[in-house]
Amino acid sequence: FYLTPPQVNSILKANEYSFKVPEFDGKNVSSVLGFDSNQLPANAPIEDRRSAATCLQTRGMLLGVFDGHAGCACAQAVSERLFYYIAVSLLPHETLLEIENAVESGRALLPILQWHKHPNDYFSKEASKLYFNSLRTYWQELIDLNSGETTDVREALINAFKRLDNDISLEAQVGDPNSFLNYLVLQVAFSGATACVAHVDGIDLHVANTGDSRAMLGVQEEDGSWSAVNLSYDHNAQNEREVERVKMEHPKSEEKSVVKQDRLLGLLMPFRAFGDVKFKWSIELQKRVVESGPDQLNDNEYTKFIPPNYHTPPYLTAEPEVIHHKLRPQDKFLVLATDGLWETMHRQDVARIVGEYLTGVHHQQPIAVGGYKVTLGQMHGLLTERRARISSVFEDQNAATHLIRHAVGNNEFGTVDHERLSKMLSLPEELARMYRDDITIIVVQFNSRVIGAY
Amino acid sequence: AARMFLRLLSDIQWRAAHPKWRRMTSSQRSTSTTAEPHPVSLPAQAQVVICGGGIMGTSVAYHLSKMGWKDIVLLEQGRLAAGTTRFCAGIVSTARPVSIELKMAHYSNKLYQQLQQETGVQTGYMKTGSISLAQTQDRLISLKRIASSLNVMGIPCEIISPKKVLQLHPLINIHDLVGAMYVPEDALVSSANVSLALATAASRNGVQIHERTCVSHVTIQKGRVTGVETDRGRIQCEYFVNCAGQWAYELGHSGEEPVHIPLHACEHFYLLTHPLKEPLSSSLPTIVDPDGRIYIRNWQGGILSGGFEKNPKPLFTEGRNQLEIQNLQEDWDHFGPLLGALLRRMPGLEALQIMQLVNCPESFTPDMRCIMGESPTARGYFVLAGMNSAGISYGGGAGKYLAEWIVNGYPSENVWPLDLKRFGTLQSSRTFLRHRVMEVMPLMCDLKVPRWDFQTGRQLRTSPLYDRLDAQGARWMEKHGFERVKYFVPPGNDLLDLDHSKTFYKPDWFDIVGSEVKCCKEAVCVIDMSSFTKFEISSTGDEALESLQYLFSNDLDVPVGHVVHTGMLNEKGGYENDCSIARLSKRRFFMISPTDQQVHCWTWLKNRLPDDSNLVMEDVTWKYTALNLIGPRAVDVLSELSYAPMTAEHFPSLFCKEMSVGYANGIRVMSITHTGEPGFVLYIPIEYALHVYNEVMNMGQKYGIRNAGYYALRSLRIEKFFAFWGQDLDAFTTPMECGREFQVKLDKGMDFLGQEALWEQKQNGVYKRFTMFILEDHDTDLDLWPWWGEPIFRNGRYVGKTTSSAYSYTLERHVCLGFVHHFDEKTGEELVVTTDFINQGEYEIDIAGQRFQAKAKLYPFSSLFTQRRRKDEVELSGYQRE
Repeated sequence: FYLTPPQVNSILKANEYSFKVPEFDGKNVSSVLGFDSNQLPANAPIEDRRSAATCLQTRGMLLGVFDGHAGCACAQAVSERLFYYIAVSLLPHETLLEIENAVESGRALLPILQWHKHPNDYFSKEASKLYFNSLRTYWQELIDLNSGETTDVREALINAFKRLDNDISLEAQVGDPNSFLNYLVLQVAFSGATACVAHVDGIDLHVANTGDSRAMLGVQEEDGSWSAVNLSYDHNAQNEREVERVKMEHPKSEEKSVVKQDRLLGLLMPFRAFGDVKFKWSIELQKRVVESGPDQLNDNEYTKFIPPNYHTPPYLTAEPEVIHHKLRPQDKFLVLATDGLWETMHRQDVARIVGEYLTGVHHQQPIAVGGYKVTLGQMHGLLTERRARISSVFEDQNAATHLIRHAVGNNEFGTVDHERLSKMLSLPEELARMYRDDITIIVVQFNSRVIGAY
Repeated sequence: AARMFLRLLSDIQWRAAHPKWRRMTSSQRSTSTTAEPHPVSLPAQAQVVICGGGIMGTSVAYHLSKMGWKDIVLLEQGRLAAGTTRFCAGIVSTARPVSIELKMAHYSNKLYQQLQQETGVQTGYMKTGSISLAQTQDRLISLKRIASSLNVMGIPCEIISPKKVLQLHPLINIHDLVGAMYVPEDALVSSANVSLALATAASRNGVQIHERTCVSHVTIQKGRVTGVETDRGRIQCEYFVNCAGQWAYELGHSGEEPVHIPLHACEHFYLLTHPLKEPLSSSLPTIVDPDGRIYIRNWQGGILSGGFEKNPKPLFTEGRNQLEIQNLQEDWDHFGPLLGALLRRMPGLEALQIMQLVNCPESFTPDMRCIMGESPTARGYFVLAGMNSAGISYGGGAGKYLAEWIVNGYPSENVWPLDLKRFGTLQSSRTFLRHRVMEVMPLMCDLKVPRWDFQTGRQLRTSPLYDRLDAQGARWMEKHGFERVKYFVPPGNDLLDLDHSKTFYKPDWFDIVGSEVKCCKEAVCVIDMSSFTKFEISSTGDEALESLQYLFSNDLDVPVGHVVHTGMLNEKGGYENDCSIARLSKRRFFMISPTDQQVHCWTWLKNRLPDDSNLVMEDVTWKYTALNLIGPRAVDVLSELSYAPMTAEHFPSLFCKEMSVGYANGIRVMSITHTGEPGFVLYIPIEYALHVYNEVMNMGQKYGIRNAGYYALRSLRIEKFFAFWGQDLDAFTTPMECGREFQVKLDKGMDFLGQEALWEQKQNGVYKRFTMFILEDHDTDLDLWPWWGEPIFRNGRYVGKTTSSAYSYTLERHVCLGFVHHFDEKTGEELVVTTDFINQGEYEIDIAGQRFQAKAKLYPFSSLFTQRRRKDEVELSGYQRE
């Protein structure tokens, strides 16, 4: 049983989304041309999330991928909320005041973000009021704390990450009179999510990362070849510095148990994450919340289970590492992706495939005979080969889709093998997770002309 | 004497400046051998100014000067023959499906052949012949149809086997061929040199030629050309000829009063190679492989090959653009599929070395036919452009017809299919043109099947009932931008796909149209005919009647409420239009003409009606929706809806009355149909259209009403021998030649346009006669269907061509309509055609080379008319054209 190429395409393209930054008078003044994003589920339902939005009260664009574990609740909440926290952290004092006054007097609120969402990317309606109140408390505190200094992006990102994680934790401790919401906030807190978020403003690119998703810059060398520059560090056992950090934060007696089998406390792959209160709260707090919580929570073995060797919480933080990069004309694109992609592909290959895809679409070098001696047969052969190359690229209108096609379908020679692709995509739900992880990709394309003009 | 000197000077100047133009590839012209010409100042006035020094401009100048006009100035913005003409592949091919185009190409070929001798300029004329290849049976059928029409014109042409192809051209791979057409007299020329030769001859005849002179715009006053503004000053003139090729559209729009010339440029590529090891003979035939979308000719020992790709690249949509001009480079990736087709056709050429890929834009028109004639808005403003990449084939003939048009007021052949006035402003949208030419250019190589409908640029003009009809299964065609229903696909029968209708045999809609025809004959059908052109002409006094009496051949002084079928004739008595005119009041007339008459008829009348503010003509086409109720029960439906007696005593045929239908008042009801069936046409102010339609359909239910389309209408009118303008009738056909003397007021002692010509015919007889043919041994299921343009043979000799045909569901036979001529057996001279001549012959109709016996009739079968009607009505014709 095989999927036909159109069937394969319809699976691969189901979640694809593209956004082009509008041009003004034929001129695009933004350093971002646009982005392509896509995701391919392995879990049912998928636990990855993605977000993209343009900041309306400050400059810049936010893009992020979120990899959930132990359910999708936390990743969903972070994908909805994190950008608001970042945007608010970036707002100048006057704007915050203006917004607060508007809320106070019941006037229409200034829009903070313009979202770029695929129809499948949803926001939970039920929790919006709760989320809004938490956010409002945050900006009220920011107003009170008015330091008078201009907002630093790095700090804003770190504050937003930490604050949101804190709010998630608090909401779960306080609970909610509405039983549905009460269960929801607990689900969010007990599940976890990593986040990899990019903020692009002119030539300033900040990447804030918590966990093992990854940001990678595609750079075109002078000879036209492609190379990859990492813009994030993975927070997992493969990162020695991270292992060091975790061990440092706990007494020497725990040195052996805190990282076991490449996992945090022998359980968790990412060393930083949102939610996951089981790795953050004290045992007493966990027991109290679980016991007073709804029955569903009480019956859940996972939530009741306390990690072994749990002596000095918290073991986990949502604090991101932020890398700042000044964009150069040779920086052509940024790939944000969850570990589902990086497990299957080397970043160098990712850079090459995306690079060739993007240039193939935009500037295929024309052939000129000029003064050369070319025969009809040679030219025919050359054109046939070029057409074959283009057609494989043109099958996808979306760089992220193209990358997923390679990630899932690549054979040992690095070319897409339809048979393999068909097999991987037709795996039954319960088997899919064994062969591949959820994959979520955002490819941001930069405008070298604008960047060069800075 | 001074003037003479200038002429000589200009003659010498430009001829000396281009001594090396024979080589197409010498992209840089040698200027070292000659000094730059001193610009000769422009004359202050001239009778004719021609803009464009390509093949069209020089051909018009040549023919005008031949006809004795001397005061002519030709302006060229760059150098003579330097635009598309210079890059043209130089193939003169007569194999054209449209008969007028075929005639132009035939004339061009004869002209070019003797041009070198006439002018002394080397034209590179070489009679190589051409071979059109067929890879499929359908293609072969279409070639056979062309071969039939070439043969009857006396142009040698034969259908040959693949083996014969190989004998004529040793390089061709024939394995995938089913046959081919060989035209031995087709030729190759250097198109730039042909253009120069024409210019040389014109110049000797007194035409002044100025290069490097740019026309900025044409000045028009009171609807007449008065002069031309150029970058070197102004020239006053009576006539202006726009031969600006792909820039013709822009030039037309440059003045204050735009002249709409709907054409659009597309990039066109061809390949030049170095010579073969054993250089190809210059007499090797040209190969056209339409299924491979390519043509191949010998060129300097190597080949020249280009084609018409499926995905054309339109350009200059936003007008002349320097960036786009510079970007006109070789695009090999784009040419790839054509190169593949070339190597499949001639595999031996693999090792042949490439010289160049030439990119030369060609202009294309919305209906694949070129554009010529006078602007409807500016008298004296003539156009010749939009050659759809066949400029060199048409150049001679097109120039001749246009010159005749300017000098005589009309050309010597029916050029309506090419007339600028077939278009209106509606085809002038750049978006429309861009989309349409992207469809047209690939069609150059696609099969010419009967009843082709364009897919682009549709749903522009629609009836208010469009959605209603569409929801009921309507299949649409387009006329002059207006969507019209072909037929209705019954529910549950939606498997019809377009490709299946594209056949030379029995089409898939056969039974569907059959049931619509049956309903028209037995019950009642409703057809939306809103596309027809509708004018209202009125005056405060008797001016309207007086003027119309002169311009129309039938007597319009009828009682108020009567409808008259009449021709609008030219001086030669030919039909410029065929219409119905209702006398609404003593001084108000309502005129209904074919859809594509909207521009032509308007212009014809505007130019001839007295300039009198009392006389008002208004185009009310858009104000009315027309519903045609056809069938014996139409009278019942209408009388129930209007509470008015509609029977023949109360509402005789050819009668017009305003009445109410349903709740809607002021509906103009006319007792005419265009098919000879009983019925009515309702002219409904558009806001009532949906209401009236709903009422008619509801009330009609009990009488078995259903929707019908134009295909049913066509079958009905053809079996009753009704001629349609634009299809059967044209400016070269008189009422006497199609049995319509009864529609002419010859005996009323009134003066009208065309009267003398008709008198002459009445006394001396006619030279052609409209005749109906019933195919005898034709098997509708198995044989090729007739269409139009099929040769008619009488006693084995060619006598004319069919103009339309249809299957008659009543006679269960195919019916063809066409004109029979009488050519003298020895001299070929045209003789008078008498009734006896028609009746005493044995006839055959040639469909793609196969002849079918046919019975000729000069009068329709009276048994087809369901009720006895007035004699004139029986022979009356409607006038819409399919």
